[in-house]
Amino acid sequence: MAQPRNFDFGEEEVMLRDSARKFFENKLPTDKLHALVAANPDPDRTPECLWDRDLWRQMVELGWTMLAVPEQAGGMGMKAVAVAALAEEAGRAALPSPLISTINSSYVLAACESEGASQALGYIVEGAPATLAITNSRGSWESADTDVRVENGKLEGTAWYVQDAAKADFFVVKARADDGIGLYIVPATADGVTITADAITDLTRDQAHIAFSGVDAGQVAAAPGSGDKALDQAEPCLLTVLAADMCGAAEWQLQTTVEYAKVRTQFDKPIAFFQAIKHPLVDLMVMLDQARSLVYYAACAIDWEPESAEQYSRMAKSAASDAAAFACTRSVQTHGGIGFTWECFLHLYFKRQKHNQALMGDGVYQRAKLADILMGPIAA
Amino acid sequence: MAESVKKESAEQAEFRQYCRDWLQGNIPPSPTFRMPQGPLEIMTTEQLDYLCAWQKSAYDAGMIGCDYPLEFGGGGRENCQKIANQEMQRAGTPYLPNVIGLGMACPTIFYHGQENLKRELLPKLLSGEEIWCQGFSEPGAGSDLANVQTFAEKKGDKWVINGHKIWTSLAHFASWMILLCRTSKDHKYDGLSYFVVPINAALGKGVTVRPLIKITGETGFNEVLFEDLEVDDSFRLDEVGKGWQVAMTTLLHERGAGELVTPKGGSGVKDDSEKKKGVGATALLGLAQECWRNGRCAADDPVMRDKIMQLIIRQEGSRQGARRARVQGLIDHPMRIPLQSKLVMSEVMQDVGRVALELEGAASSLYLADEHAPQEGHWPLAYLNSYGMTIAAGTSEVQKNILGERVLGMPKSK
Repeated sequence: MAQPRNFDFGEEEVMLRDSARKFFENKLPTDKLHALVAANPDPDRTPECLWDRDLWRQMVELGWTMLAVPEQAGGMGMKAVAVAALAEEAGRAALPSPLISTINSSYVLAACESEGASQALGYIVEGAPATLAITNSRGSWESADTDVRVENGKLEGTAWYVQDAAKADFFVVKARADDGIGLYIVPATADGVTITADAITDLTRDQAHIAFSGVDAGQVAAAPGSGDKALDQAEPCLLTVLAADMCGAAEWQLQTTVEYAKVRTQFDKPIAFFQAIKHPLVDLMVMLDQARSLVYYAACAIDWEPESAEQYSRMAKSAASDAAAFACTRSVQTHGGIGFTWECFLHLYFKRQKHNQALMGDGVYQRAKLADILMGPIAA
Repeated sequence: MAESVKKESAEQAEFRQYCRDWLQGNIPPSPTFRMPQGPLEIMTTEQLDYLCAWQKSAYDAGMIGCDYPLEFGGGGRENCQKIANQEMQRAGTPYLPNVIGLGMACPTIFYHGQENLKRELLPKLLSGEEIWCQGFSEPGAGSDLANVQTFAEKKGDKWVINGHKIWTSLAHFASWMILLCRTSKDHKYDGLSYFVVPINAALGKGVTVRPLIKITGETGFNEVLFEDLEVDDSFRLDEVGKGWQVAMTTLLHERGAGELVTPKGGSGVKDDSEKKKGVGATALLGLAQECWRNGRCAADDPVMRDKIMQLIIRQEGSRQGARRARVQGLIDHPMRIPLQSKLVMSEVMQDVGRVALELEGAASSLYLADEHAPQEGHWPLAYLNSYGMTIAAGTSEVQKNILGERVLGMPKSK
């Protein structure tokens, strides 16, 4: 099925995007964000989970947390381009919230098509934040890799690099059983769950590794043998949402840096006059525009040509990761000394972008996967 | 869901079918002589005649100038040129030789020329009976285009032109030139005026065309000298002193960011096996399969795979950008994406050429005349030629100034 020319991005999507932008600008301007998450610069500080729970409740009321929950599960069932637009705005605000984790969990659960998964989608509809516990100690993004096992109906082992773990009410846990990979719903408060916060660089989220010891595996979202398939099916959505978040954040980095370069004067001229400053910022804009176009291409493919969604979403995540990385170097470098300080807000975005760059695979990783699609796997 | 798919108008759908039917039986057979990679590299009259015959026949069939009014030799249609372009591309027709005329002179004359000038000039421009060239750059006016010194002095109702234009593609075949020149030395930008000049008729009588040889060894562009050439005032476009504004219309269309869609033919690739090789970055997929690196197929080399994917992503990102530029809800600044297209496409093509030569390895040393050269030396030639694209029509560096200044609002670098 061919994509609509306008990426299926209509009035409803424009309204959602505009209201999200206004909402974040009003509720969480960057100075307030900085006060919320960056009050303690001590590099040896104990990891803290800093976010605005009240903002989460407001987003639940607006329906944003269940945007990607299918209608038959009681959610909004919005198009992927709408979800991408919301994620872009969350990135622009560097939002500390389990919003992206919850959206990504809904995509995985929706791909499971099971009673247990429908139930869990119901929790999201009721306002519960969720996250995916799907990564092993080596940080593998492959759907078949996990350090968690199912033994006699109990989960054993540890999931690593779990995003927003301290904010989530429940986890979607990937575990290996005798018959293959399954997905299990585990409440954060379940017996045998130990959440250990990681001391991470990014101030706009929390991350943890979660140990499971004799944890009840009774709520099955995907039966053994079908969990990796559900993850593969949802992967284009996850990649697209992350890429959209990065594009929004990179646009903030670009605009903030351009504004600074226009007012910072050296050699009697605004530094934006100099092509050593001007041209790299244009290069950034070009990279960012390509990434953003690919995000909407991928998002539109999710609903209109799912057979191509993986290909396009890998292009989008690759382009967004590289644009984000370039936005990081240029924003701090162009700001000079002040950009190197804690008091300048740039570092919030810098750290979020570097974190997002690695999540679900960076540019090089995506391009290796893309080459497998377009050129076939490397001959042994 | 299907409702949200933008439908073609009845006129467009009917026209598309018409184009398809006509193209079925009317594409000329491939010539027996070597054809250049693009119209700006046309070297011989043999090549030119072949291409001009094709443009004339496509024009007579109504596929060139479709969106221009009937009284100026156009088709009087609405939004149909892009359909004709798509169909010519799909059918693999030859390209159109009168590129400067179609892409630059035509929209400029249309927006700035007087009624009778349009009636006189546009029909033969569109049909390709009269080839056009562009007199903008000078030895001392490249990136700083407004520094042109070619001078037009008013004498009665004539203008007398003296000066030196350079990098003038197609001048050796051109009947007409669009000419930017100085009419006042008191103002830099406001001292410029814009003319159309019948250069072929004046050869040896005030106009001299001298060929220049490119790094590829091909000719195709020239320098043009004016010595006391008299031009009628009726050949002036817009007012005296408004030359810079008129030139902006030309450049906007040259860079693919103008209102009017430029008629474009195919790329001369007809048979399916050649089509599968793809164009641009996609062509590297097939090339990699045919090349060797470190004792195995280059397509199995992870570094080369990464390089190819980077280019495919940039090319697709740019393609989707052109699509996004038409979606009101997804653009921040109306010129942000259109002004990127020339920069991005020329840089991507250059990088595709560079990676193609890397893939070919030792064989990338073999040029056109070598019987062992892969694809008859296509890639070394394409890579050399790609520098024409990143330099002409405003260098990449000038494009970045324009983007930084007009889109991001940074102060002017001059």
